[in-house]
Amino acid sequence: MATEILMPALSPTMEEGTLAKWLKKEGESVSSGDIIAEIETDKATMEFEAVDEGVIGKILIPEGTAGVKVNDCIAILLEEGESMDDVDSSAKSEAPAAPQDDAPASVPAAAKSEDDTPAPQANLDPDWPEGTPMKQQTVREALRDAMAEEMRGDENVYLMGEEVAQYQGAYKISQGLLDEFGDKRVVDTPITEHGFAGIAVGAAFGGLRPIVEFMTFNFAMQAIDHIINSAAKTLYMSGGQMGAPMVFRGPNGAAARVGAQHSQDYSAWYAQIPGLKVAIPYSAADAKGLLKSAIRDPNPVIFLENEILYGKTFDVPDMDDFTVPFGKAKIWREGTDVTIVSFGIGMTYALEAAEKLAEEGISAEVIDLRTLRPLDYDTVLASVMKTNRCVTVEEGFPVASIGNHLSAVIMERAFDYLDAPVINCTGKDVPMPYAANLEKLALTTTAEVVDAVKKVTYR
Amino acid sequence: MATRKASGNAAKPGANVSKDDLLSYYRDMLLIRRFEEKAGQLYGMGLIGGFCHLYIGQEAVVVGLEAAAKEGDKRVTSYRDHGHMLACGMDAKGVMAELTGREGGYSKGKGGSMHMFSKEKHFYGGHGIVGAQVPIGAGLAFADKYKGNDNVTFAYFGDGAANQGQVYETYNMAQLWDLPVVFVIENNQYAMGTSVQRSTKSPSLWQRGAAYGIAGEEVDGMDVLAVKEAGEKAVAHCRAGNGPYILEVKTYRYRGHSMSDPAKYRSRDEVQKMREERDAIEHVRQLLLTGEHASEDDLKALDKEIKGIVNESAEFAKESPEPALEELWTDIYAEAAPQNA
Ligand SMILES: Cc1ncc(C[n+]2csc(CCOP(=O)(O)OP(=O)(O)O)c2C)c(N)n1
Ligand SMILES: [Mg+2]
Repeated sequence: MATEILMPALSPTMEEGTLAKWLKKEGESVSSGDIIAEIETDKATMEFEAVDEGVIGKILIPEGTAGVKVNDCIAILLEEGESMDDVDSSAKSEAPAAPQDDAPASVPAAAKSEDDTPAPQANLDPDWPEGTPMKQQTVREALRDAMAEEMRGDENVYLMGEEVAQYQGAYKISQGLLDEFGDKRVVDTPITEHGFAGIAVGAAFGGLRPIVEFMTFNFAMQAIDHIINSAAKTLYMSGGQMGAPMVFRGPNGAAARVGAQHSQDYSAWYAQIPGLKVAIPYSAADAKGLLKSAIRDPNPVIFLENEILYGKTFDVPDMDDFTVPFGKAKIWREGTDVTIVSFGIGMTYALEAAEKLAEEGISAEVIDLRTLRPLDYDTVLASVMKTNRCVTVEEGFPVASIGNHLSAVIMERAFDYLDAPVINCTGKDVPMPYAANLEKLALTTTAEVVDAVKKVTYR
Repeated sequence: MATRKASGNAAKPGANVSKDDLLSYYRDMLLIRRFEEKAGQLYGMGLIGGFCHLYIGQEAVVVGLEAAAKEGDKRVTSYRDHGHMLACGMDAKGVMAELTGREGGYSKGKGGSMHMFSKEKHFYGGHGIVGAQVPIGAGLAFADKYKGNDNVTFAYFGDGAANQGQVYETYNMAQLWDLPVVFVIENNQYAMGTSVQRSTKSPSLWQRGAAYGIAGEEVDGMDVLAVKEAGEKAVAHCRAGNGPYILEVKTYRYRGHSMSDPAKYRSRDEVQKMREERDAIEHVRQLLLTGEHASEDDLKALDKEIKGIVNESAEFAKESPEPALEELWTDIYAEAAPQNA
């Protein structure tokens, strides 16, 4: 049967081109791989190879013709023993089915529209049953306990990172884990973040549940390709067949006096990525409950800790299996005049500011987001609808910050409730300076939060 | 296809290989070639979009290594992945329909040419970032070692990828932890338009493993029997708990890097010479004919059968509908624990 030779698409964007030259004439035979023509696109001149073998029956588009549309028939290829007389009817039958392009251009609006969603409501379920005994723990101890409990519960959970085993952790988060679980499950790695993050992703594909410790998240920039391209996207790219159930954890943000390359807050970076979950605890109870949830989660979780918080002591519920769900903010302090939203170490400024403001007769509601993805919009919105004012607090850079995002959501969903523009207190738009006085200025401060609240409450 | 029985070492190429084995290599290689030719054609018709990296010329590499694999072994590769999928037994229809971005594709049309996966066949992608599959492959091996089974992972990557830093991070850890992974460098002599000579002064890629204590060797990738033999040696090394092994398989890609390759970095003659003198499929064809394992007519019939499979896959890939619009919002997060194991 004769075959139509069609004008080929030679690049992802080509729609038409110039048939520059025929290298085969009518009557000449071709075998697959022979170059039959040269075709010019706006980018290059390319050789067009035959796929099938046969004899050129007829050339329909002469050389030198410009503007030949992709998929136009440019020649007829005959099989051995066939002639052009046999053609007319048969050739057309091989014409390609055009790709369906009648699909609507945009995504279904309904899936994202907020129009008929009910009024936002804060989830006020308590994190633990009333009367649960409490014990005092540092964030560091809470994190270790969370890992140890989950490793006891699931054989496939293992910890991998620099200095996590014999050294007991650069910040002593993995203290005692090597002794309890052995070097099969607590694995010291060379200083090769890109490599071991990739190995952990592969191990997760292979059925394990890795916890990857980055000595700090500054070094996870070496590995961010695997975190985003390999871990976050695989479930989607495989049509749901396989994903990377794993945790990437470590200290994030500024410590103290460690300079520009060791002091960055990555909250907003990871919060942008669909396929990742992002947790950023402030208290020891949340550190424990969220890390346990993170390890059990079937998705890749970024778990952002903070070196300055590691040594802080909080009440932690003394119960068998304490977890905190993702996507549930915590109201630390109820108030009526303004909503202060923060997360992680930002909560120290938020809570201090609320205390100071109370002395001046301003009642602030303080919300800890706890997870940035999923993010508990409803608790924030319900609060803003009550107080009509909002200040956000974080240590990260100001451009495209979490505060920026919240401002946009509040504008979209609670515009009529606002009595003042939302103010974002953030780190300054500069690399972190080393000098003690400058470092203080570069981060956000309690005084800035107090000022912002006074601004939005017009005091 | 991953469970072919091994045949003894041949003193003379082809002398010691059974007729059935030879025929099955021929068949598998031919399926890849015809499939890729068809994919190129569908691309030309606008049915396949974006990038489409064809494996034509390199068929003996993956077919030879799959002949050395057993059930349970894993594989992971780059974006030049169609051949690997067919060779490990994935269905041509599902692969082609993924190329056309349709519901019937291995990733429901959401992955595309570069991103396909099959849990069933232990095929772990399909990765678009040059070199990224190398630590992932070592990680799969890490998981197998952790679980205490004797599976081996094949981590395929190109000569260009061999210059990525993460490869050497991985070599170091794979040897340190004795991971059962075969690093397969498919040296097709070009990374897009950059020849190996223009990207490194080190004369051999596999020998870089020596710096980490990893054994390896160079293999003629246009000779499927040589590839299989080297693969068996590498796999035995890994399965015995001796850690990783490197195979630098010398091969050649006949087509452009992707579909829009102006091909100015090499001469037409160079390509033609390879095709005429070293073609891996022609090599086995000659072994079949001279060894009187098959007649011209037998091979014609086989060719026809394969064309049938490929045409059927193309028809399926055209007719399978585009994914439902709701699919945009699915598979972003797993609800229950994925059963990766
Ligand atoms: C990290 C990264 N850099 C660049 C690219 C673009 N790119 C895609 S393939 C390729 C060449 C790779 O050549 P090689 O590793 O030899 O594999 P081959 O294509 O020959 O199979 C390049 C530069 C990429 N995908 N990823
Ligand atoms: Mg190459």
